[in-house]
Amino acid sequence: MSKQRNMEMLVGVFVAAGIVALFFMALQVSNLGASSNGEGYSIEARFDNIGGIKVKAPVTMAGVKIGRVSAISYDKETFEAVVTLTIENHYDRIPDDSFAKIFTAGLLGEQYIGLDAGGSDIYLKQGDRLQMTQSALVLEEVIGQFLFSKAQEN
Amino acid sequence: MSSLASAFADLGRKVMDAAAKLGRGHLLFWKMLLGFDENLRRPSLLIQQLFSVGVLSILLIVLSGFFVGMVLGLQGYYILSQFGAEATLGVMVAASLVRELGPVVTALLFAGRAGSALTAEVGLMKATEQLSGLEMMAVNPVRRVLSPRFLGGIISMPLLAAMFSTTGVLGGWFVGVGLLGVDDGTYWSQMQVKIDLHEDVFNGVIKSIVFGIVCTWIALFEGYDSVPTSEGLSRATTRTVVHSAFAILGLDFILTAIMFGE
Repeated sequence: MSKQRNMEMLVGVFVAAGIVALFFMALQVSNLGASSNGEGYSIEARFDNIGGIKVKAPVTMAGVKIGRVSAISYDKETFEAVVTLTIENHYDRIPDDSFAKIFTAGLLGEQYIGLDAGGSDIYLKQGDRLQMTQSALVLEEVIGQFLFSKAQEN
Repeated sequence: MSSLASAFADLGRKVMDAAAKLGRGHLLFWKMLLGFDENLRRPSLLIQQLFSVGVLSILLIVLSGFFVGMVLGLQGYYILSQFGAEATLGVMVAASLVRELGPVVTALLFAGRAGSALTAEVGLMKATEQLSGLEMMAVNPVRRVLSPRFLGGIISMPLLAAMFSTTGVLGGWFVGVGLLGVDDGTYWSQMQVKIDLHEDVFNGVIKSIVFGIVCTWIALFEGYDSVPTSEGLSRATTRTVVHSAFAILGLDFILTAIMFGE
């Protein structure tokens, strides 16, 4: 009888250890602790060129991640890229004259959208649009401009 | 003419044998599923199996996971440092473990450690006519003997795979952070930014559940279907390991293509 009890205890320990390992993967390894998926309000920004931004790219403010890019589409009337940003609900004080820029993390890193806070007292709500944007820095264009200006100097 | 006819006859017999075996395997699968209520009626049978299939595999899985993680840490550091990207070591270790190596290597080890044991056990029960004996006593051997083993394998596999991945991540941390000097904070934070709960962790768990079903199914079927002689038993055990390995690697490709292919 005590042998049976012993085995039951070991099986209990096994199942508990397995579940602890699953929780470890969910909390420590993955992004569950860092983000609340889907909870948030979305705003829209229009760019002339979005470079390499992908859906799920981070949106930061003062370097802190406050949301993600949730959709990207193309407006064929204005020839602009329409990027939908989903901002987490507790970051509800983004002035409506904030500036959206596309940055690159490191030389080869992924691209993200950084918001610079404006001075307005009116805050962005669900469905609003960011008026001021700056396009992605496309390396080929920059090099091209550099070469062009060098050629003009000579 | 007659040699040509007999060649066709051989081919036809092989195809029919293979089809019949596949059919017996599927019948057994459904019979074992239908017998799952036996686990509720006699939970001690299931606990016995969880012990012999799961608990006794822990040491092998945990040790292998730790070493695989340490190797990933070493190799990953060597390659990533050539690009000055040591900071992403955690991502590399965790992504490869959670998505691929955790479920796959656990399943391969499981097939060798627990699958072969299941085949030998069930095969010997058949050879010594214990299964027929149960039937004589009006006890359904599929429900009483095979169903608890099947469910035990299905429950054990994802838990073992989670342990493998966890100890692997810790092994990579031990080498990367402890020995090679990658920053502790970046190791974890980069990992948390890049590893997605749904995309990576859940899909890994789904993979290991599928592998658990397939591995245990193959092992039990080979034992139940074995020729009841010592040679037949040894062949059945070999087939279990070989077929499980093929099934795991083949299914892994298909599952990866479905889950991560765009």
